[in-house]
Amino acid sequence: MFGQQLLEGLGAGAGYAALALALVLTYRFTGIVNFAQGELAMLATYVAWQLVVSGMPYWVALPVTVALAFAAGVLTERLVIRRLESGAGEVTLVVTTIGLYVLVNALATLVWTAALRAFPSPFPDSPPGLAALAAAGVAGAVLGALALVVRRTGLGLVMRAVAADARSARLSGVRVGRVLALGWGAAAAVGALSGVLLAPTLFLEPSMMTGVLVYAFAAATLGGFDSALGAVAGGLAVGVTETLAGTYLGFVGADLKIAVPLVIVVAVLLLRPQGLFGSAPVERA
Amino acid sequence: MTGVRGAALTGHRRPAVGLAAGDRRRTWPWRRAALAMTVVAAAGLPFVLPPYRLFQVTLVLVYAVALLGLDLVVGHSGQISLGHGAFFGVGAYVAAVMIGRLGLPYPVTLPAAALVTYGLGWAAGLPALRLRGLYLAVVTFSVAVVLPPLLKRFPEVTGGAMGMPVATPRGAGLDDDQWIYFLVLATAAVAVAGIRNLTRSRGGRALTAIRQHPAAAEVLGMQAASHLTRAFAWSAMYAGVAGALHTWTTGFVAPDTFTLSLSITLLAGAVIGGLATPAGPLLGALVVTAVPAAARELNPAAPGLVSGLLIVAVVYAAPTGLAGLLRRAAAAVAARLPAGRRA
Repeated sequence: MFGQQLLEGLGAGAGYAALALALVLTYRFTGIVNFAQGELAMLATYVAWQLVVSGMPYWVALPVTVALAFAAGVLTERLVIRRLESGAGEVTLVVTTIGLYVLVNALATLVWTAALRAFPSPFPDSPPGLAALAAAGVAGAVLGALALVVRRTGLGLVMRAVAADARSARLSGVRVGRVLALGWGAAAAVGALSGVLLAPTLFLEPSMMTGVLVYAFAAATLGGFDSALGAVAGGLAVGVTETLAGTYLGFVGADLKIAVPLVIVVAVLLLRPQGLFGSAPVERA
Repeated sequence: MTGVRGAALTGHRRPAVGLAAGDRRRTWPWRRAALAMTVVAAAGLPFVLPPYRLFQVTLVLVYAVALLGLDLVVGHSGQISLGHGAFFGVGAYVAAVMIGRLGLPYPVTLPAAALVTYGLGWAAGLPALRLRGLYLAVVTFSVAVVLPPLLKRFPEVTGGAMGMPVATPRGAGLDDDQWIYFLVLATAAVAVAGIRNLTRSRGGRALTAIRQHPAAAEVLGMQAASHLTRAFAWSAMYAGVAGALHTWTTGFVAPDTFTLSLSITLLAGAVIGGLATPAGPLLGALVVTAVPAAARELNPAAPGLVSGLLIVAVVYAAPTGLAGLLRRAAAAVAARLPAGRRA
């Protein structure tokens, strides 16, 4: 029973971790908390569903979807965010992502209606615990691949330079705009993975990612908003905590599980505001 | 009588301070006449409009009160709140439970809702505003998502998912809807006066300083966190008061009225109306009441589509919102008037 719950928590946590990783990627590169991240993931999940329903095998549809999501992320950065970047304040940027959130949500409702849809599981015949473990494995593999790219390749060096100081990077000849678009694309691709991982348990509907976004915020806050490793660790921790609290705390139950991430966020902000793996900001005027 | 004191008494403009500093735009020339006309129109409205229209106007005023508060956070403090729908909902439920379950007279519910939401705003702002940046948006977003399931969890108090009906206020000598309209109008007038005082107070000027140059404000001894937290608590209180008024107006509360999309709608209203402008909250309230209702007749998904497009369009094309557009139009007209007379 307990082991089963733990596995389920890890499976959900893998989905939260992927979305948290997407949030952290966007935040690291552009300093924006992208409230539309969950909705972009939802849109990608609908695309994956459409592909599978129209006859494409699951393991072909998945990479196609992730590639499409990457392109959508790059386009969003190019068409929407970059036009605002010069001189726009934090408020304007966040409001824009909220506008995108509303827009994408309405678009999905318009195209696919608000009906609940069953999403195929990648491992239809395996027991649920094993599927959860596999989901956690997928999230871990993605993080590993991302870490390899960032730490070991020239592209990764350029990305780290832009994240550390965009102006200095530009002065050393880095095409900062391209790297930012790349960051948004990578974030959208990882987010799409989150949607696909979670859709079999959550069912597909336009507002499926709203709750997940809350969990992902908690995961990113717990891990530290500027740490990719922290996002994944935080996601798994939040998933397990939420599942166990829902099962063993009678007061919480299935209905109030969504309050768990709020409690986590507030506790982290009060006790260790930079998160577990994050760096405390050094402010300089 | 000389100097600044004398100037103030003889009706000269006060020296520009805070937001108004450096503002050289032409102001509306007939301030008092316009104010008097507004008062007469507002007082006469309930005797001319049919009941349903009056109900809609009352709702616009209710949302305007909430947007006044939200503007304190978004416009004046430069922070983002996605939780004002939740504070609105808490205010509405405080009023509904006090009237419906405890049988208390309705005038008590307004200060009670204000007190509760002030405290909640403080509690949400305190952890989030210790740090610069994004955490207020994150915390308030979570609050907005958590509120509806929380309300459904205690059906014996809140009426559960079905909500509960509440007796609306009755006044002597007027129809119910007229009486409620005047109650809401009076509260809105007090709310406007309160915001004017707040933004011109020491704390209000501190907010402007903190938003425009955090480092300079800190050097001058302003503690950003405490000023922002207090402003956020006030702002949550405005939303709570608006919620209580909403209960008075509609006579019904249900958890699904106060979801995340209400919070987003309020934020959209604040941005579309125009941030940190006097007319912004009213214009924003008009837009968020009228536009989604009109769009819903076309398609159930249309309100979201229209609101999303409006937000993005305003951010790109009119960063000062509708209030800024109107002010520019009025200035253009005013600049042409004397020329026309001379000709």
